[in-house]
Amino acid sequence: MNALDNPGEKVVVLEVSSLSVSYGKVDALHGLALKVHRGEIVTVIGPNGAGKTTLLCALIGLLPARGEIVYLGERQGSGRSVEMLVRQGMTLVPEKRELFAEMSVWDNLLLGAFDRYRAGHRDQLETIDEVFDIFPRLMERREQMAGTLSGGERQMLAMGRALMAKPRLLLLDEPSLGLAPLVIKEIFRTITQLKKLGVAILLVEQNARAALQVADYGYVLETGELSLEGPSRQLLTDPRVIESYLGLGGRH
Amino acid sequence: MNLQIALLLGQDGLTNGAIYALLALALVLVFAVTRVIFIPQGEFVAFGALTLASLQAGKLPGTIWLLLALGTLIAAIEGSLAMRRRQFRRIPVILLVNCGVPLLLAGGLAAISAATLPLPVQVLLALLLVVPLGPMIYRLAYQPVAEASVLVLLIVSVAVHVTLIGIGLLFFGAEGSRTPSFTDVSFEIGDTLLQGQTLLVVVASVVLIIVLYLFFERTLYGKALRATAMNRTGARLMGISGTLAGMLSFTLAASIGAFSGILISPITTIYYDSGFLIGLKGFVGAIIGGLASYPVAAAGAILVGLLESYSSFWASAFKEVIVFTLIIPVLLWRSLKARHVEEE
Repeated sequence: MNALDNPGEKVVVLEVSSLSVSYGKVDALHGLALKVHRGEIVTVIGPNGAGKTTLLCALIGLLPARGEIVYLGERQGSGRSVEMLVRQGMTLVPEKRELFAEMSVWDNLLLGAFDRYRAGHRDQLETIDEVFDIFPRLMERREQMAGTLSGGERQMLAMGRALMAKPRLLLLDEPSLGLAPLVIKEIFRTITQLKKLGVAILLVEQNARAALQVADYGYVLETGELSLEGPSRQLLTDPRVIESYLGLGGRH
Repeated sequence: MNLQIALLLGQDGLTNGAIYALLALALVLVFAVTRVIFIPQGEFVAFGALTLASLQAGKLPGTIWLLLALGTLIAAIEGSLAMRRRQFRRIPVILLVNCGVPLLLAGGLAAISAATLPLPVQVLLALLLVVPLGPMIYRLAYQPVAEASVLVLLIVSVAVHVTLIGIGLLFFGAEGSRTPSFTDVSFEIGDTLLQGQTLLVVVASVVLIIVLYLFFERTLYGKALRATAMNRTGARLMGISGTLAGMLSFTLAASIGAFSGILISPITTIYYDSGFLIGLKGFVGAIIGGLASYPVAAAGAILVGLLESYSSFWASAFKEVIVFTLIIPVLLWRSLKARHVEEE
């Protein structure tokens, strides 16, 4: 919580430079550099197939990557794995949610705290209460099977489950995907709430307007390379961003 | 066939069926979590029974050598990995767990005469000797190819099975063993005699099934195993590694196998290769459950036990044929019934 005490000092949670990922001979990402500070929402926007999901999968260790990844001041070596990064407080909410469909909402949430439980922290019940404060809907649905939830509730459960790990860096992959506009609004309101908890958030989105409205800083990813970056307020008014990603209100 | 024979056969079938049910559950568990069709499941039955028998005969069971050898191998692999990653602090732990504990066990066995110990202690010792082989075999044979296809994993299973059969012959010899009955109590129901041992097998199996159920429903580790079976990626993202889940499920499978072997060894003579056939019958049960449903697998295994016992009365020469032919109508029914639903 140091960063919140002295807001002048920005603690870098994640710093990536010249990150490249390839599927066989095809380069999916090329020479990426980005930075996320504590208590900050950083968004990466871009069209379909730009490599947004690939970026997050590479960061959490699901995909092998080249380049330099410094997480919490530590250079990630070749031996990095999903399990190690989860232990260090990095959590991914994947695009497909990846819930445990035939288990109750409650059990899904509990499993979110599995790694903390294994490391000896037995505070999962208090953490569940905190998550229920953020997502009261999950409280109502706690006995229900995850597979029977609506799209919005699934996204809430996926985010709640990730929060159970008390992450320091939360990677969100397209939280708005397939959701109704009203639900998207609610989800994004929650994302701004999370920021107040001191979590660093890297938000990957196709819904550029919504993402830039909640984020502090933004990057634009196009065909595997970062083409633009800047404070999100600036990007919202950048003509290049408006032209390609925001569109003019009346045009469509 | 009169009622008395029918009851006797039913009793026999239920006893064997209970054992098959335990093995079927282990097979479903291992397949659901790791996608491994665990053919060597039966070897744990034989190893459990024969280890107990040699402890009771006052011999040093051969399984201790296997434990030492696998432990040393794993310590060498893990140790060199830790060196390469410069995690030197892990090395003493690796050595202690993989070499120290088996050595301690070996020393203890050499120092005391296991034959004089009370039966529960002997059973515990046998379990201590056989159960660690499960996770060790996972570490050595399956973990390096954990991401491979089901077919590759099946081929590895066949290799492990053949190897263990050979090792079993080397350690325990070609003669079979039968351990003394746990209990001499018997009950008379009408004209039929109900053996205490038979009752013990059924009760112990039911208790074990309840314990497994509670483990999967109530504990976080049990839930983590179920989660891995449902969604591997989701589980990994929660920090439940495939390795942890694999180790855990192989430990459970080895425990179930060894325990089953100890339970039936007073009823049937067990040879070094008897486990395979027993495991296969559990497998038929698991197939009836589609390698997915625990209750159907258990029920199927009991059906296998009953079918086996009644067919041994009517057509004893065709006993095995009848049991294994059961797979054909089951597969036919399953493939006709299966809806091909695209996963998300």
